[in-house]
Amino acid sequence: MNITEYFSMLFTDYTLGVITLGTAVLGAVCGMLGSFAVLRRQSLLGDAISHAALPGIALAFLLTGTKQTHFLLLGALISGLLGTFWIKSIVKKTRLKNDTALGLILSLFFGFGMLLLTFIQKLPNANQAGLDKYLFGQAATLMVQDVYVMIGVTGVSLFVLLLFWKELKLLLFDPDYTLTLGFNTRFLDILITSFIVLAIVLGLQTVGVVLMSAMLLAPAAAARQWTNSLSVMIFLAAAFGAFSGVLGTAISASQNNLSTGPIIVLVAAGLVLLSFVFAPQRGLLARRIRFYRNRKELNLRKTLSVMYHIAQNHKDISHPHAIKILNNFHGYTRKTLNKLEEKNWVEIRGNQWSLTAKGYQEAENFYKPQEAMQDL
Amino acid sequence: MSDAQIEIQLIAGLAAMACAIPGVFLVLRKMTMISDAISHSILPGLVVGFFITQDLNSPWLILLAAVTGVLTVVLVEFIQKTRLVKEDTAIGLVFPALFSIGVILIAQNANDVHLDIDAVLLGELAFAPFDRLLINNLDLGPKSLWVIGSILLLSLSLLILFFKELKMSTFDKGLATSLGFSPLLIHYGLMSVSSVTIVGAFDAVGAVLVVALIIAPAATAYLLTDSLKKMLVLSVFFGVISAVIGYWLAHWLDASIAGSMTSVLGMLFLLVFLFAPKQGVISAIFKEKQQRKEVSLLVFLLHLQNHEDPRERHVNHLQEHINWHRIQAKTVVDLAQKNNLIEIENQVINLSEKGLQFTEEALKYITTNKPTAIEDLKNKFFLFRG
Repeated sequence: MNITEYFSMLFTDYTLGVITLGTAVLGAVCGMLGSFAVLRRQSLLGDAISHAALPGIALAFLLTGTKQTHFLLLGALISGLLGTFWIKSIVKKTRLKNDTALGLILSLFFGFGMLLLTFIQKLPNANQAGLDKYLFGQAATLMVQDVYVMIGVTGVSLFVLLLFWKELKLLLFDPDYTLTLGFNTRFLDILITSFIVLAIVLGLQTVGVVLMSAMLLAPAAAARQWTNSLSVMIFLAAAFGAFSGVLGTAISASQNNLSTGPIIVLVAAGLVLLSFVFAPQRGLLARRIRFYRNRKELNLRKTLSVMYHIAQNHKDISHPHAIKILNNFHGYTRKTLNKLEEKNWVEIRGNQWSLTAKGYQEAENFYKPQEAMQDL
Repeated sequence: MSDAQIEIQLIAGLAAMACAIPGVFLVLRKMTMISDAISHSILPGLVVGFFITQDLNSPWLILLAAVTGVLTVVLVEFIQKTRLVKEDTAIGLVFPALFSIGVILIAQNANDVHLDIDAVLLGELAFAPFDRLLINNLDLGPKSLWVIGSILLLSLSLLILFFKELKMSTFDKGLATSLGFSPLLIHYGLMSVSSVTIVGAFDAVGAVLVVALIIAPAATAYLLTDSLKKMLVLSVFFGVISAVIGYWLAHWLDASIAGSMTSVLGMLFLLVFLFAPKQGVISAIFKEKQQRKEVSLLVFLLHLQNHEDPRERHVNHLQEHINWHRIQAKTVVDLAQKNNLIEIENQVINLSEKGLQFTEEALKYITTNKPTAIEDLKNKFFLFRG
């Protein structure tokens, strides 16, 4: 099956439809909640949480003996939350810093999870083979009930987001101010962190423990480049997330032997790269262009101001002067001179230039700071 | 114990030691997450290197993968410099992308590459003794033992050679720079050593668990000591302990050695986190309680000094006017009495001579507010602490 076939079968094949819907919803909810993680500098928390969820999955299997996704994900949720609160208490109670706490919990929980997984694999009655998929994700195992759960969680988190919109926004940009206004920042913090944990746990089945954090970060980081408004960013991040989910699943389904997780992550990373380069205001390309434009503008103004100082010493401001007296150091090139003429600030006759009244006025304005600023 | 068992424990112990040394500096410099990033992103380097060398223990492969690790650091720093995203997001974006490339490369070439995903995450410690170094048919022991041994030797000698520079630049960057040590050189030196160590240990313990070996021993040691040398020794000790106990735990459970080493490290950390004498959670609770009581005592004594009126100094006044609970009032008065700071006459409390002296000095401290002076003061006057 290649990708075009995949998309043509999308609306006829039931299983394919379910899987695609699932990854799209997952991408959207991750993008939505990931925006908060990215803006709150909690990017790596997602990484720690997703790794910390692994022992929960294994323990849930050991205790209940079922492979039902809901039980396993419940275990993941509990162990993810446990990891999160442990991280917070390490940072609060000891001298260890945030990054150490994250790395510590991440690797210790994951190691314990791997110990349990390898232990389970050796058990005689283990109808195992299923738990491995949580490492890198397998979208093909998504069932229609799983998708319902995802849609439900998305709905609830959207509702909570809208309900606490003002408070959450305030918390994001000025936590101290939020506290002084009398909002319960602790509650808000726990609320948003819990939803991030929930989104991560939902994604484990599709993207896997190891790469889930990127699913959370990448759409949000890409969306951040296109806008300065929180609501637009969240909307864009959801769209980017859904897009990478769908495209990633399509590619992974059309190739043999590829886990969904890495492909979705690569698609999302591609989006980030594109956004970094091509975003209209913050993007690297736009920044470069602005830089050159400013430099050109500066040269233009430098030349004009040199001309202005020369003209000041003459009674007639439009007295012609030789082009030769201008040099590179004054920002002069043939191009700048032409540009100045284009703007009607200068007149050129033969190899002589003369300032126009308009140009004189313009140069005079440089020395009136406010007007010059407005001009820029 | 069979030879293979001893060899496995030896490899695990050496790997833990080699990881613990750069780990101490990463923890102190708050750069531990970069080790997580390196451990993931060396994967594509390893795979490509394997295509070229066809040998997992070749020094070229290790070098190539280590270069990928350093490149990751450079890439992360480049993204940070563009200021398009915050620092931590840059790390969180780079390594999953590189790791994904590695995973896909392995999956696509599953037949040619002798690496599989499980080995990537867990390492193949149990099989390490089978891959032996033979020179002229002379068996010199497992290859990984030599690899990790030479990496340990390298980082140990660098540590001893540049101990002063490392210490200085870790604790006081400004001073180190002004003394002429290049912070950039030390930074990238440390990053290179970390990369090489991670690659070397990767083979034994896998991508995620190498992070545990780097962070956990150092973090545990950091809660126990304030001295850099002691911290280094302690973290090496914790690493080796976890390697030995971890091996036997895995043997008993018939599970992954690397996983059980990490679990042992986790238990060690949990114990220290709870019970460490100064930094532990429980001692922190006690300290907080003590401090609360001592602040009450201080307030109480100053109140006594401030008020001449016997009504203000009556025992019952404490409950009625200062609003203290009966128990709190009793403990504070008891503590003050034990320390000979007050005398009680007809239920009216007077400051003793020692109490007067103490309050005077405490007032002086409060008005000049020299930090830590209050601790000396307490040590001088208090026979019993709260």
